[in-house]
Amino acid sequence: MRATIIAGALGAIVGGAMAGSVLLASAQSPTSTVAIDNFTFNPQTLTVKAGTIVTWTNKDDIPHAIAAVGKQFKSKVMDTDNSYSFTFTTPGTYAYFCSLHPHMTGTIMVEAATGEAGH
Amino acid sequence: MQTFDGNDGLSRRRVLECMTWVGTGVLWTISGGVPSSLGLIDQAVAEEARGLTFLQISDSHVGFDKPANPNARGTLEEAIGRINVVPVKPAFMIHTGDISHLSKVSEFDDADRIISQARLDVHYVPGEHDFLDEEQKLYRERYGRGTKGTGWYSFDAGGVHFIGVVNVVDLKAGGLGNLGDEQLAWLEADVKGRSASTPIVVFAHIPLWTVYPEWGWGTEDGGRALELLKRFGSVTVLNGHIHQVMQKVEGNVTFHTARSTAFPQPAPGSAPSPGPMKVADDKLRTLLGTASITFKRGAERLAIIDTPL
Repeated sequence: MRATIIAGALGAIVGGAMAGSVLLASAQSPTSTVAIDNFTFNPQTLTVKAGTIVTWTNKDDIPHAIAAVGKQFKSKVMDTDNSYSFTFTTPGTYAYFCSLHPHMTGTIMVEAATGEAGH
Repeated sequence: MQTFDGNDGLSRRRVLECMTWVGTGVLWTISGGVPSSLGLIDQAVAEEARGLTFLQISDSHVGFDKPANPNARGTLEEAIGRINVVPVKPAFMIHTGDISHLSKVSEFDDADRIISQARLDVHYVPGEHDFLDEEQKLYRERYGRGTKGTGWYSFDAGGVHFIGVVNVVDLKAGGLGNLGDEQLAWLEADVKGRSASTPIVVFAHIPLWTVYPEWGWGTEDGGRALELLKRFGSVTVLNGHIHQVMQKVEGNVTFHTARSTAFPQPAPGSAPSPGPMKVADDKLRTLLGTASITFKRGAERLAIIDTPL
């Protein structure tokens, strides 16, 4: 019971901070997800702001592994329901594929984070 | 039609186009009706008792435990049990890869323990599931003795030249299986000077011919390997990876893929993905199995008999 109350209070504080201050919100890392399903990356192209943590989760009954064409990131093998995360700090286009099943390809487009555009 | 033994100036592109056309066309056969009982193995062996008989086993995926087959160890044990009752002892066994499911030591240990019960020499090539440990060393430590590169090698038996090649390493985005320049150079040197009448058996995990590129079922530079072999009068290509039987005869080249001992996969394009196919429990064993291959001296081709569990 006590845990529930604390969680509720925290939620209210975080919610208030995000609503009140763009700076505070952007200080937290945004997250985004890619599902691996039926030997495809979904979405196949994902556009995120710099600083975003992207998490891939394998929904297939067969293992997969993520490898960037430019070798910027590479996961260990992911069995069913396993995940891999990578934080994209630098804007750019990142092509990647499954190193077990290379016909599976995807792209992460990383845009400059909000507030950096005018610099 | 134009084939691998066509014009001397046949380009790789042309070969691959040709293979693609054949692969997606009508020339391969999904041989649901292939003789399947052990009795027929008896016949084949009795007919030509002096022939060389060897077995192909593939895709045991030890460690796989998903709904398509919760007990891949058990079905491998059944496959080895069937091999043990074949009346004429085969000369040896070939395993065309995906021994393990996740390249875990325990999976390789279990596979070795079960497969050794056949009491046959086993010649392995790796599947992509056998190179999943971070240092990619477990497969080579166990099975790579006396091999080159990532595990390729050749040997002679019964007058046949056997070549095991690796097409599951250093795969490129958007591509298929990959042999690579180093291995192709080795292959060229390996067959150089051999008489064109030497029967060749080349085995690898991923099909060397283009079965279905949309699912990655083919080898990017497989055409280059086949071109190096085109002067030979009899070439047999044995693969796994696609967990179903397919056969194709193209000039002097016979292509054959083996069933898995673990789980079936769908026919090309018949499902949204090539993932494990869940079938009724009583049907599973009809879709798993092994292949027995007899080389008859003086005959053009190998006799391949697929046996379900």
